[in-house]
Amino acid sequence: MERKLLTKDSYRSLITKLIGQNYQVVAPVKKDTMIDFLKISSFDEITEDYIVTVSSAKTVAFPRNEKLFDYEKQNKKLTQQDFDFDSIPQSVLIGVRPCDAFGFHSLSSIFCWDSIDKIYTTRLERTTIIGLSCNKADDYCFCTSAKGSPGSTAGSDILLTKMTDGNYIAEIVTEKGAKLVADFSDLFTADGGADKESLLAKVAANFSVDDVLAKINSKFEDEAFWTEQAMRCIGCGACAYVCPTCACFDIQDESHGGKGHRVRCWDSCGLSLFTLHTSGHNPRENQGQRWRQRLMHKFSYMPDRLNTIGCVGCGRCSRACPVDMNIAEHCMSIIEN
Amino acid sequence: MNNLQQKAQQLLESGNYGLIVGYEKGTSGKARPVFIRKAEHASKLIFDESCDQNIAVYLYRQEIKHNKKKVIVANHHTLKSIVELAAENQVFDGDFMVLAFAENGDIIELNTFEEIEKHVATLYHGLTEAEAAMMKKIEDMSLEDRWAFWENEFSKCIKCYACRASCPMCYCPTCTVEINQPQWISVPSHTLGNLEWHVMRAMHLAGRCVTCGQCGKACPLELPIQLLTYKVALDSKQFFDSVAGTSICADNALAIFKPEDHENFIR
Repeated sequence: MERKLLTKDSYRSLITKLIGQNYQVVAPVKKDTMIDFLKISSFDEITEDYIVTVSSAKTVAFPRNEKLFDYEKQNKKLTQQDFDFDSIPQSVLIGVRPCDAFGFHSLSSIFCWDSIDKIYTTRLERTTIIGLSCNKADDYCFCTSAKGSPGSTAGSDILLTKMTDGNYIAEIVTEKGAKLVADFSDLFTADGGADKESLLAKVAANFSVDDVLAKINSKFEDEAFWTEQAMRCIGCGACAYVCPTCACFDIQDESHGGKGHRVRCWDSCGLSLFTLHTSGHNPRENQGQRWRQRLMHKFSYMPDRLNTIGCVGCGRCSRACPVDMNIAEHCMSIIEN
Repeated sequence: MNNLQQKAQQLLESGNYGLIVGYEKGTSGKARPVFIRKAEHASKLIFDESCDQNIAVYLYRQEIKHNKKKVIVANHHTLKSIVELAAENQVFDGDFMVLAFAENGDIIELNTFEEIEKHVATLYHGLTEAEAAMMKKIEDMSLEDRWAFWENEFSKCIKCYACRASCPMCYCPTCTVEINQPQWISVPSHTLGNLEWHVMRAMHLAGRCVTCGQCGKACPLELPIQLLTYKVALDSKQFFDSVAGTSICADNALAIFKPEDHENFIR
């Protein structure tokens, strides 16, 4: 993989030029009390003081509300305005942690499973992902247990690793990344050969996700196990909504008089309404069954059907959880029980 | 073993109790709810200043509700919620024992709603200084600034409903947001739909919010939504002299009728 040097000044120039050329640049920004991915209009808005952002990078390709089309009914005549693909901007997503970047792989496997979701794929196609290796981690991080690493290039188009002098090693991962480097070739100079590994955060691998995959199917019918595992869970959707690989959505029509639009919005298997039938029957009537679905989907159904794991070890769900349902612990419980 | 752990161990060993709902040490030293069924696990229990979470929400949970031999370790938020849940007939007298704490750390056993109510009367019921300061900051804003403040906050809400799920008083089996014929509240998490949700939530908690702030603590985006329910709680006190979580008799202003109520708003 080709490596280049991107000095801190060149990085500033790169982002400033991208904004100047009307790219939508999305970066981690400190807003009020939180750090999250937001569209920026100046380099100075960017922060690097985060383990991971609150919400995942998936919002760029799978926003929490996506208007699919507009409609209008007038004198019994219905007109429909289809999704405007020209409205999707060319974007550069920066500061994406390797776990998040790899999340797009899992997400894409869902959105391209049997039919291609054109809105999602177009958004992603028009996005160049500039990753940022992790130089710190916390107790929630477990990427190394989930086949990732703090310096993994998978999923990024370019991966930056910050050096002690504030400059960056730039690894050019994909053709899209190479194109961006070529477009701004004067900003990328010869690599100095710094040792990337020594710059990365240390994340202990406390378990192997392969062991979870091997064991989880045998736990499916162990109702007592899942009830106990989910005792603490209060059944909100926080984990799913911040997860980089959770892809479930609801379709809603919002109308006002004769006008309206159809919206795709996030949904979560943790919510009791998710599987409620019109008849009133709910096949997943308790939280144990819903928690089982969440873990089975990530560690059984996705590996079986899509050949990918539905968890990247970012630990976001555990950080967001109001009752500290730590997914890494639950993975270890599956292995141990 | 500390007092609490010893007490828990005794209770479970006695055979009179089969489940203790309390706190244990979670990730990064954070406290989290725990469910202890075996005496040998009693040493997991903790109770310190990190145990700030209101865990009354578990008392009426399907998996726990019918367990007649349960104990809950309660901080002052949980205690007040139990009183309010009792007033609303969501928990039943004698269904569980409460372990509360005196200021010196001694364990207080509370077995009946009357005992709980009496103990709660000794607790402080106002907002903390920091909370009161936040309320004042917002009250002092101009109408336009206040609107802008909440518009900014609501723009961030992802509608995960962690606020609802963590609130002991949000126990409706079917929430208004889940009714879709008609669809009262927008499902998508746009600013307007989020405003509808949070205003509705605050109004449904009018006179019922015990000001534990659990909704705000639960929010993954850290929206200060507890201020909305605090506002209606303060108004309830000011206009109706009703403070939620103080009486086991239903007396919340918006849910009861009194012959002496003013009706001059009907024109």
